[in-house]
Amino acid sequence: MADKIARENRLFHWVDERLHIQTLVDYMSHKVVPQHSHSFWYYFGGISLFFFVVQVVTGILLLLYYRPGADSAYESVKFIISEVSFGWLIRSIHSWSANLMILAAFIHMFSVFFTHAYRKPREMTWVTGIFLLALALAFGFSGYLLPWNELSFFATRVGTGMAGAIPGVGDFLMKLMRGGEDVTGATIGRFFGLHVAVLPGVFAVLLSLHLFFIQRQGMSEPLEWAANPQFKKYRPFFPNFIMRELLVWLIMLNLLAVLAVFFPDGIGVVHWPLGQKADPFAPPPPVIRPEWYFMFAFQALKVLPAHLLFIEGELAGIIILTAGGIVWTLIPFLAGKFSSGKKPTLIIAFGWAVLAFIAVLTILGYILE
Amino acid sequence: MKTNSGLRNVLILLPLWLGVLTVAALAADQCLECHSSWEEGLDAPSVQFQQDIHSKAGLSCASCHGGDPTLDDMDAVRKSKGYKGVPGAKEVNQFCASCHSNPAYMVKFNPSLPTDQLDKYKTSVHGKRLFEQGDTKVATCISCHTAHSIQPAAEPTSAVYPINIPKTCANCHADADYMSGYGITTDQHEKYIRSVHGRALLDKKDISAPACNDCHGNHGATPPGVTSLSAVCGLCHTLIADNFAKSPHKEAFDAMGYPECETCHSNHLIEKPKMHWVGVSDSSLCVQCHAPDDGTGGYVAAARIYETLVNINSIYNAALARIDTADMKGMLVTDERFALNEVKQAIIQTGTAVHTFDPEAVSKVAEPGITSAQNIAIQGEKKIEEYYFRRKGLGIATLLITILVIAIYLRIKSIEK
Repeated sequence: MADKIARENRLFHWVDERLHIQTLVDYMSHKVVPQHSHSFWYYFGGISLFFFVVQVVTGILLLLYYRPGADSAYESVKFIISEVSFGWLIRSIHSWSANLMILAAFIHMFSVFFTHAYRKPREMTWVTGIFLLALALAFGFSGYLLPWNELSFFATRVGTGMAGAIPGVGDFLMKLMRGGEDVTGATIGRFFGLHVAVLPGVFAVLLSLHLFFIQRQGMSEPLEWAANPQFKKYRPFFPNFIMRELLVWLIMLNLLAVLAVFFPDGIGVVHWPLGQKADPFAPPPPVIRPEWYFMFAFQALKVLPAHLLFIEGELAGIIILTAGGIVWTLIPFLAGKFSSGKKPTLIIAFGWAVLAFIAVLTILGYILE
Repeated sequence: MKTNSGLRNVLILLPLWLGVLTVAALAADQCLECHSSWEEGLDAPSVQFQQDIHSKAGLSCASCHGGDPTLDDMDAVRKSKGYKGVPGAKEVNQFCASCHSNPAYMVKFNPSLPTDQLDKYKTSVHGKRLFEQGDTKVATCISCHTAHSIQPAAEPTSAVYPINIPKTCANCHADADYMSGYGITTDQHEKYIRSVHGRALLDKKDISAPACNDCHGNHGATPPGVTSLSAVCGLCHTLIADNFAKSPHKEAFDAMGYPECETCHSNHLIEKPKMHWVGVSDSSLCVQCHAPDDGTGGYVAAARIYETLVNINSIYNAALARIDTADMKGMLVTDERFALNEVKQAIIQTGTAVHTFDPEAVSKVAEPGITSAQNIAIQGEKKIEEYYFRRKGLGIATLLITILVIAIYLRIKSIEK
């Protein structure tokens, strides 16, 4: 036993001599995490990160066999799920994990919003987080086309067509995304490049910044603690919080395994059967719908009248949604000062309104289709 | 002064206007003017003719009925040049043929339209009875094409559009009173609509399925004879007809006066073939002629052919059941289903080969399908095994992760104590 400890010490000393990790160990051992009745929400950031790691690993495995192109994309995905050992499992985990990552990120975002964790000095953590969610949605949109099946083809045609409604740059933007007038093999090339190179690169930078901010500033404490310091309670970050985080990650891994095995093609509205190969000349399927996380925006554009005042309905919808997204991103700067212990009711009401808007339109989207 | 000048101009122009209007009225088709003003029902010809192909081609009532269409007095019309009036049953065919048998005239309207309808009609049962026996109850041109609402045969509203033909023929042929005295049954339409052809044409709207005229002809309508029956059926069922013609049954049927295809499949009530029609069971059609000791070998051949049919169908059903089970368990079976379609095709080809009445030939056609179905069943079984392998793998993985979760949980509790 003593030998083992001595060996570990020697190894630590060897590494520390070169990388000075003792400073990091000291920092970690002093780091604490606030402990209160809403501590539960802290885990959703970590859960989102876990699903992202799963995405990277399974994405790399899929990349070994996936071949972009109108003549090879569908065939390669079919090969992955039917011929490659455990290929079906990897694709299923990739798809489930993508959906769960976005769900966890949404929960994380709203939990941060309602606990006012975005307030000074964590404005940049919030902004980088919003950008990360936007990138995650872009991951979802670009990845949806890659199997080149019937549904993905027509959904991408509708999705990219919406960008065409933006005045001035719309047509250029649509052609830029499609690589031409219509969704073709050129679009797969662009979406593939975006999905496996551009987005991961930008995501990695933003994620590093986001995690750096969190580690540097620590977890946000509840508003009430400012007025009632006697309630303050902390838990050591290492090993207590880390082990709890690990516990949650393992539970998520179990959930992922069960979902991937029992529902390899998804279930209900979260569904990704390979189906038929995309055929640009075939009639579109009766129901073309986006992924669930785009449904609220899709439905909002659908329910708008043809014209809103003097602006075309679809364009007005895009302007409203974009403006809403900008306001949401700038919340830490628009919310004003938080006086100690007082709840900002107006901000909370705004948060509930946004949540209700997303929930109601998403549900309506599925009911009315 | 100015007013007087205007009035003078009007008085001069008025007679001119009246003159123009009179000429225009006289130039209009007075037949339609008068006939359309008749009471409801009697105005039908003039109303129907508005949509008639002849009207659309620019022809008028007078083009067929003759007379001067500018006259508004019926007596004057009757006395006018070329007036033919309403033709009787005996004249109506000639009436139509005056244009339709004239290639030089018809080419102006539709160069692809045949001009031999009357010649063919004269060879038909209808034509022979009309022209040779003076039977005016038989079908003439207007019986099928109507008199004043004639449409091209390709128009779905036409009485001779494929889907409408059975009903058009049935107007006379299903009317027992009308057909009495001809010595033929009137149940053809009732049988046809229940047949595989009738269901395809009338229910599925598959206009490639045969209607009455496809077997009996249209203008030269003649029932196919005993020896020409396989030629008629063979228009569509080419391979079957070819197989039958080369089989020993061709000679035997001809010798015994059996109506080839109809002997087993009947005529108007043609059903989807059943497997038990072949073989040596009581419900088999083969045993109606063949016996074990008849010296033809037909009895043994029937038994062997039946065995092959049962074999390929049962292996197909077993493979289908395996694939359905795997599919229900969420396994990907698109390739296997596609391959099953080929087996289905092999079953159809085997059915075609039955008409060789040669057990070896039938077996040879069925063999690739049987092998393919066996392979698909094996693939289906593998998929089902894979399904259970996945479940077991999941169970083990879940158990290991759960043990790890419990261990970490206990460790956390221990640290926090």
